[in-house]
Amino acid sequence: MKKETLMKRFIVGVLVALSFCGAASAQEGGPAWDKFPMERVTDQAALQHGAKLFVNYCLNCHQASYMRYNRMHDIGLTDDQIKSNLLFAGEKVGDLMKTSLAPQDAKAFFGTVPPDLSVIARSRSGPNGSGADYLYTYLRSFYRDETRPTGWNNHVFPNVGMPNVLWELQGTQRAEIEDEKGENGQVEHVFKGFRMESPGTRSAAEYNADVADLVAYLQWMSEPAQNFRVKLGVWVLIFLGVFWVFCWRLNAAYWKDVK
Amino acid sequence: MSEFKVAPANASAGVKLLTWVDNRFPATKLWKEHLSEYYAPKNFNFWYFFGSLALLVLVIQIVTGIFLVMHYKPDATLAFASVEYIMRDVPWGWLVRYMHSTGASAFFIVVYLHMFRGFLYGSYRKPRELVWIFGCAIFLCLMGEAFMGYLLPWGQMSYWGAQVIVNLFSAIPFVGPDLALMIRGDYVVSDATLNRFFSFHVIAIPLILLGLVVAHVIALHEVGSNNPDGVEIKANKDENGIPRDGIPFHPYYSVHDLMGVAGFLILFSVVVFFWPEGGGYFLESNNFIPADSLKTPPHIAPVWYFTPFYSMLRATTDEMKPVFAIAIALATLLGLLKGRFGSAGKAVMVVAAVLVIAGLFRLDAKFWGVVVMGGSVLILFFMPWLDRSPVKSIRYRPGWHMAIYAVFVVTFLILGWLGTQPPAPIKNIVSQVGTVLYFGFFLLMPWWSQQGTFKPVPDRVTFHAH
Repeated sequence: MKKETLMKRFIVGVLVALSFCGAASAQEGGPAWDKFPMERVTDQAALQHGAKLFVNYCLNCHQASYMRYNRMHDIGLTDDQIKSNLLFAGEKVGDLMKTSLAPQDAKAFFGTVPPDLSVIARSRSGPNGSGADYLYTYLRSFYRDETRPTGWNNHVFPNVGMPNVLWELQGTQRAEIEDEKGENGQVEHVFKGFRMESPGTRSAAEYNADVADLVAYLQWMSEPAQNFRVKLGVWVLIFLGVFWVFCWRLNAAYWKDVK
Repeated sequence: MSEFKVAPANASAGVKLLTWVDNRFPATKLWKEHLSEYYAPKNFNFWYFFGSLALLVLVIQIVTGIFLVMHYKPDATLAFASVEYIMRDVPWGWLVRYMHSTGASAFFIVVYLHMFRGFLYGSYRKPRELVWIFGCAIFLCLMGEAFMGYLLPWGQMSYWGAQVIVNLFSAIPFVGPDLALMIRGDYVVSDATLNRFFSFHVIAIPLILLGLVVAHVIALHEVGSNNPDGVEIKANKDENGIPRDGIPFHPYYSVHDLMGVAGFLILFSVVVFFWPEGGGYFLESNNFIPADSLKTPPHIAPVWYFTPFYSMLRATTDEMKPVFAIAIALATLLGLLKGRFGSAGKAVMVVAAVLVIAGLFRLDAKFWGVVVMGGSVLILFFMPWLDRSPVKSIRYRPGWHMAIYAVFVVTFLILGWLGTQPPAPIKNIVSQVGTVLYFGFFLLMPWWSQQGTFKPVPDRVTFHAH
């Protein structure tokens, strides 16, 4: 009995010490990210709408070169639906999602080759949230800025090369930036929020829903097996739980004679 | 060779076949020696699951690895895409890949717990020194295996992690830069590096690893397992020469370990199916960006299982040099006063200490960081001789020894956490204190492990029937 209390005291001591460690880790800097509504990743209508937005607005410059069009079977689209709604340039339904923008042109237009978006949602997670949270915030944080070559800037990715391709939907907004005196007397540019300049074809709420659908698609595309993985995982755990009970009783049956 | 046996005429076909085999290969003999008549102490507790679990994870890594190699392309232009091909287009590829990536982290979790079990119950003490040393060699191989395997997905963290670690070798005086060049096969991490790391990861190190695992188990079965009481069960045998506190490994521990396997697989599956990125510790988000030799990520950190050692590397700055110098001077003084060395031995000791202290200040702190990092792993090999406690198991050692273990574990975990973080002044000081505590634990062990009041060790193991 003595040994058990010894081990318990040991474990409690270790946990207490580590909780101090956790308290010491404060949030990292940068603007906060809005929470992406994660339930959309299992919503087929949202994913299909997101796929349409992705092909119409993103695929012109970006590509998703690890992703095949016909993988969209998993979000409830048939080959015919993919062909008639998502293929515009004679691609085959089994092709990878490549862009027609040549890399050297992209470099000339934007100063950099736009990144491949296949796994973009997985690559952007950070201390402020998940990759989907980042994208959901990023796509809603463009503002007009005449000092930039494209006329656009972004609050969470300052001086980004990408313009706001969704401006028709969102409309144009400006950033309210005020100069304040910092702690040591230096001037700091403090972001106070966005001001809508001219409305787009969608209301603010509709636009947020559109971006959420697009991000849901990006999140799904970053790992198309993810919804199946979770469903399968439940069955695997049920099986292993039953298996563990059998092992436990088997062990008890053998050990009951050991004195 | 044992004498030739003949199965009775009316024996079953199975018995006849086994007799035929046994006359040519020690099948039954091996089965008995290592399973059905290998007597293990009957008082194993929770901590004793991790040896068989390490073997299970090894098998998972080898089997999933075989299938990954069928689809993976060790080529700098194709590697990243081939991993995504496995994740998307290869049937069940995502499962095989997640099992392999989760298995890497699981391996270290299981092995760290397995090693800590050795600390708790003195499993490395005489006559099990070689069991422990083979185990430490396995741990070294595992680190090499994990480090080289991590380059293969060819993401940003793969690339820059390898770049940073290989560059450490260039800090070694005289041979360093050439050594780093030889490891990379190029002036930067490149296709040549990827190919040789692939070769080492799938062939060279696994071969050594398997050989060491066999040696580890053979050595263990030669001396017999230790147990939570640290009692030698072979000292008390019955009239048949069987230890009174021993039970046959099979079936008792095979069914017992099966229960451990089922429990482990539940936890493993929770990660594989619901949490494969492990909160960014098992699969780092930066590694979903293809390797780019022109874009250095702002923060490069090794995978979590290397971070305690990496922290100690980073902690070794110029301001640590006087600390080390004083420690070496004190150790030498202690050796001169207390050590039983002849005058020649004492002279060698003083000369060595002076040379090391001189080198400490002449050579770059980065080199000493590499020495500290290497030393922090290699010091484990010396555990059997550092521990001078009169009893093996923590159960019969003074209570405050457990407190020292707790401080050591917390230090190790905090160093691990700090290693994942970008450097900051306070964190650096904490990691320096942690480095001193880590080495203090080992280097002062010959002294503190003898101190205090020890409890009497019983003749027989403590066992309560289930």
